[in-house]
This record gives sequence, C-alpha cells and structure tokens, in this order.
Amino acid sequence: MSQSNSQATQLLQEAETLRWQLGGNFQENLMEAIYTDAARIADRSVVPPDERPRFDLERTIDRLVTSRIWGFPLMLGLLIAVFWITIEGANVPSGMLASLLVETFHPVLKDLSAAIGLPWWLDGLLIDGMYLATAWVIAVMLPPMAIFFPLFTLLEDFGYLPRVAFNLDGLFRRAGAHGKQALSMAMGFGCNAAGVIATRIIDSPRERLIAIITNNFSLCNGRWPTQILIATLFIGALAPPLLGGFISALAVVAVAVLGIFLSFVVSWGLSRTVLKGEVSTFHLELPPYRPPRILQTLYTSLIDRTIFVLWRAVVFALPAGAAIWLSSNIVLGEASIAQHLIGFFNPFGLMIGLNGVILMAYVVAIPANEIVVPTLLMLTVLTTGMAGVGEGAGVMFELDSEQATMEIFQAGGWTLLTAINLMLFSLIHNPCSTTIYTIYKETGSARWTALASLLPIAMGFAVTFLVAQLWRLFGGSG
Amino acid sequence: MSDSKHAPSAACETCPAHNPGNLRKLGVDMANWDYAVALAGNPNTGKSTVFNALTGLRQHTGNWPGKTVSRAEGGFEYGGKRFKLVDLPGTYSLLSTSVDEEIARNFILFGQPDVSVIVVDATRLERNLNLVLQVLEITNRAVVCLNLMDEAKRRKLSIDDRRLARDLGVPVVPASARYSQGLPELLQAIHEVATGATVCRPHRIRSGSPQLTQALTELAAKVEKLYPGLPNSRWIALRLLDGDERITQAVHSGEMAQLVLAQQAPPAENGSGQGVVGLEVA
Repeated sequence: MSQSNSQATQLLQEAETLRWQLGGNFQENLMEAIYTDAARIADRSVVPPDERPRFDLERTIDRLVTSRIWGFPLMLGLLIAVFWITIEGANVPSGMLASLLVETFHPVLKDLSAAIGLPWWLDGLLIDGMYLATAWVIAVMLPPMAIFFPLFTLLEDFGYLPRVAFNLDGLFRRAGAHGKQALSMAMGFGCNAAGVIATRIIDSPRERLIAIITNNFSLCNGRWPTQILIATLFIGALAPPLLGGFISALAVVAVAVLGIFLSFVVSWGLSRTVLKGEVSTFHLELPPYRPPRILQTLYTSLIDRTIFVLWRAVVFALPAGAAIWLSSNIVLGEASIAQHLIGFFNPFGLMIGLNGVILMAYVVAIPANEIVVPTLLMLTVLTTGMAGVGEGAGVMFELDSEQATMEIFQAGGWTLLTAINLMLFSLIHNPCSTTIYTIYKETGSARWTALASLLPIAMGFAVTFLVAQLWRLFGGSG
Repeated sequence: MSDSKHAPSAACETCPAHNPGNLRKLGVDMANWDYAVALAGNPNTGKSTVFNALTGLRQHTGNWPGKTVSRAEGGFEYGGKRFKLVDLPGTYSLLSTSVDEEIARNFILFGQPDVSVIVVDATRLERNLNLVLQVLEITNRAVVCLNLMDEAKRRKLSIDDRRLARDLGVPVVPASARYSQGLPELLQAIHEVATGATVCRPHRIRSGSPQLTQALTELAAKVEKLYPGLPNSRWIALRLLDGDERITQAVHSGEMAQLVLAQQAPPAENGSGQGVVGLEVA
C-alpha cells in the first residue's frame, strides 16, 4: 500500500512539473483542440439546407420577447394574464368546495359524532380541529393551484424561462450576481427548496451563495394562495366588481415584482459587503421554442405540483389543526393557551400593522407556508368566539365562502393595512423549514443558513413596520 | 442521405416484429440490474424525455438548462437483461467545476456505467459534439443518440449519421424521443454495446500543440503503468495536468486503484459476467 502511495505521489509531482512547463494557456489549448475536432466532424456529416427560410418565426418571437423595449412589458403582461385567469377562474370552484366541505360535510360529521356519542374533546379535536383545517386548505388552495400551475408549466415548457433569464441578466450583473440566478429564481416561484437546489448550475461559490440567500424572495407555491386570497378579498373588493379580478391580479403581480426587486437589492448589498467579488461570465443558450404538449403538461403539473403541494399542505394541516384546536381549548388561568400566545404577540403585531393571530400563524406555519390561511381562519374563529364553527352547532357559512371568509377576518379586526402588510410579510419572512434544511445541506454552513433565514424576517419586520407607520401618519385607519 | 432512413413511425413500436427485445419499463424498480447506463448530454437535448420513454417514469421535463441538477434513476428490461438508467444533469462540458458538471463527470468516471448514452441535439451538432468528444475520452462504451431529428428535418438539415458513427467510433442512433421514434434502435444499440456485441473505437481528441501532446503522452504512460487496464489513462493524465482536484484526490486516496480492480472484476451486485470486452481498444 505504502509503495503504491508513493508512486501516486510521484505521479502527481510529475503532473505538476509538466504543468509548469506547459504554461498557462493549457485550458485554452485543450478547448481549442476539442472545438476544432468537433467542427471538423460536424462539418463532415451535416448538410445544411440549400436556402434559408425567408421568414423565421422563432427569430421574430425571440426579437420581440427579448427586446429592450418590449421585453419587460411583455413579461409583466404575461404574469398579470396568468394571475387574472387564476383569480377569475378559482373564484367559483373555491366557493363550491367550501360550501361542500365546510357547510355540508362539517355538520354531517358533527351529527355523526353526536350519534355515536364521541366525547366532546375528541369530537372537537378531530372534526373542529383536524377536519376543518384540512377542509380549508383544500378549499382555499386547490382551485387556484389547479389553474396556476398548469399555466406556469405551459410557459415553462414553451421555452419562455430562458428568455426571462436573458432579459434579467443585465440587472443581475449590475447587482453583482450571476445571470443564471434568474433561472434559480424562476424555480423558486415553484418551490424555494427546489430553487436552492437549482443554484447548482452556478459555478462560482460566491454567486451561488447570493442566489441561495435571495431565493426566498421568489414567492413559492405555499405563498401564492395567501397572496391570491388576500388580494381578492381586500384589494379586489375596493374596485368595481368588473375590475376586481384584474386589480387583484395587479396586486399579486406587484408583490411578486417587489420580491424580484428585493432579490436584486439584497444581491447588490451582499456582493458589496460580505460576498465581494467579480461577476463571472457564462453562456446562456436560448433554446428553440417547442410546442408544449398540452395534455402531458396538464398531467405532470397536476401530479408533480398541484397534488404534491396539496398533499404537503394536508399533511401539515392535520397536526396543525389539532394543535390549534388544543391550544384554543386548553385553558390556563383565565384564557386558553392560544389566547395567551396571541395576547403575547399582539402588541408587537399591531405595531407592525399585523396582529397576534398573524404572527402566531407564521410560527405555526414554519414547516409549511401552505397552512397560513387555514391557521389564520381557525385561530380567528376560535379566539374571537364567533358563533357556530367552534362549537359545532349552527351554520356560519352562508352564501359563498368568500364572503364568509371576509366575515371571519373582519371579526378579527382586520383592516386594509392588515391585508397589505400580510401580503408583504408573506413575501418577506423566513423560509420554511424544508428550505432552511436544504440551504444547510447545499451550503454546509450554519452561518450562511442563519443569515438566509434571519435576514428576510428582519427585513419583513422592518418593511411592515415602516408601512404601518406611514399608513398611520397619513391617516389610514388601523 | 438519412432523412428517409431514420426513425420508423410510432406505429412500428407496438409491432412485435419490430420490437424483438421486448422493452419492459420498470419505473423505479432497479433491483438486480445487469447493466448500468448513464444518460449524458447538453442541456435541452431531451435527455429527460428519453429517460421517461425508457423507464416509464414521469420526471418533469423542461425546455431550459438546469432542469435536472441532480441525477435521477430508473430501470428497464430489454432483451432479457435488466438495465439501470441514470439521468445525469445536462452540461456543455466536463471540464469546469460547477456542481452539475462534476456530478455528470464523476458518475461517468467513478460510477463506471456499462454504457454511456450521449443525447445530442441534431440541429446543433457541432456544439453538442464538444461534450461527446469529452465523454468519449473518459469511456470506451458509448452510444450517441442523435435526438430532435424531427426539428432537424423541419429545418431541412440532413445529417449523415453513418458518417458520424464512423468518425466518432461509436454507434449513432437518430431519434425523435418526443414522438417515440428511434427508441427501439437506441435500445438495440445500448444492448449491443452493453453485452459487447458492438465494440466501440471512440475518437480521441487530437490535442493542439506539440508540447501538450508530448506532455500528455509522457504522463499518460505513467498513469497506464500505475493503473494498468484503465480505459482512459490519457484523459486522467489530461485532468492531472490541469490540476483537477477531484482526480488528484482520487489518485491520493487510492480510489483510482480501486477503479482498476473494479474494471478487472465487476462488483458482485452487477450480476453479469460483463467485463473486459472492448477495453483493449486504443
């Protein structure tokens, strides 16, 4: 063994000596040799077409979507269109699901448990806690996801994402980051953990860290439903009914664009402080457009994304529902545990234009952002003592779910400021635990993981605080 | 030529006369595999589509680079043999140091696949050949899948795949994986290379400057002496000259010596007697 070891060392030394003799242009030399061979072989076997087609559709589309003037407006226009379709289309099925799961099934389950004589606490834990949380997750999340993900996947399959990367490259370069960060950012719009893994396409460790830390500013699967719901309820409602969907879509796009803007700002900040260095160059191929295969796309986006995300949400909603119900029903002293906690968070929450329920929901939702909305609904219902849902008797959801949801939020003392700040806070807060774990695995460093987790939440508090102060300064209510 | 001869229509695929090897898609079932097959290629050439078509899995395919950054594995059975198929990240080269290129490179070198399938975009042959040539430096057993022939046809490009096969020294199979065309031929080629029925004589890069050639020959001889039987001593020498950390470390830790042993006697889990066939090709 030791003999072969010394032989190995000798080999390495020889390699080093030869490397010095060869000098610096070794890599270039080799690449040139490879390119020459490739060109020669390709030349021998490819017969190019006799004439160029006069009109190249692909090139024309490319000129348009990557043009200096039209590139960005087209990008925004597409985003707004996608959200508008999502918001308009999700409205009706969401209401139907809610009325089915919450208004119809919930009382049936309650009657059933009364008939078989379940003890009140088990009935509450299972039906008011776990079942309701899950029902809300499905009603709130399934319809928008079933529309949004296929649309997004179609754009992706069509080949639009590399064009987005191309458009954003200049901005990223000015922010001191790698242009490929646009791709990992786009992956982050699906799932931040996936986005963090996608940063592997970035060679330079410095730029990769920037991409990892800022990936959280891409709104992920779990956060789109929160944005869409709050925008529909509070912001779309300000506009005349016909324009409601469009205005809500604009609000969601504004938050998403703010996220992109923040990832530039933070990249810029990082590359000038803790992660100084040169921007590296890279090739980005604009792949040919491929006609998307619609059915297959529908299938994969439904299985890979919609069902996956929904399943994850349900898995986390079940225990969360139980925990919420327990904490609202176990009384310590004069109030329930939930009321103690909410009372504890409330002063700080109100100071930053949110409230104790929202902050507690974000603590509960650390494992998965998907359960923020159901948690908000349950905590508000259970702690404001609204008639009906908590006790099981009576039906509080009348007409459609949207109106009912709005009633719950109003009972919790929500204002337009609360809604705006919730949308902002949903964008700017710590990554979910899966993403944090992924960041740790990818960076292998507790320090960078801590920075990536704590920086956004600190920024979130700062931004919501600032907005709340300005709002109050200019006389807004709340 | 070739426009007419490639890729029989999709209807042929279900015809028993056309499909003597009996493809069985095994999904994630990779137990007791006889041969390991690596799937390499530039980004956006349809590797994942080929992967899905052969394994029956539905790994999401995407029309942009970086879609697959880690490797995905699946299985299929063909000609009575079980194959494990590993979908590697799409890369333009195996020389630089990004994580995805390293994953691809390390698997082809240290994972010792029985066959490396390189999926290339027929409409961008020259650029894609850069990677093909690099893979052919590392391994002797490869098949080139000339994918996206449908698009090449649409652009009125005609590609002489037999000439290409002769120049590269490995089988070249024209295909349109999106439309399941050419896959039976690809399977046949994989099977033949895996079993040793086809022996590859891969093209080796003619290094640029005379000094480089000389240094390379010198060092390659030493590598060959230290690790007799390695199919890619020249490439190892090349990487050592370049100061490749991973390879240097493999020499240091004795991993490279393990590779030589593995070349001579396939590991027990790899049930077949497949061994040295095709290794002695210069």
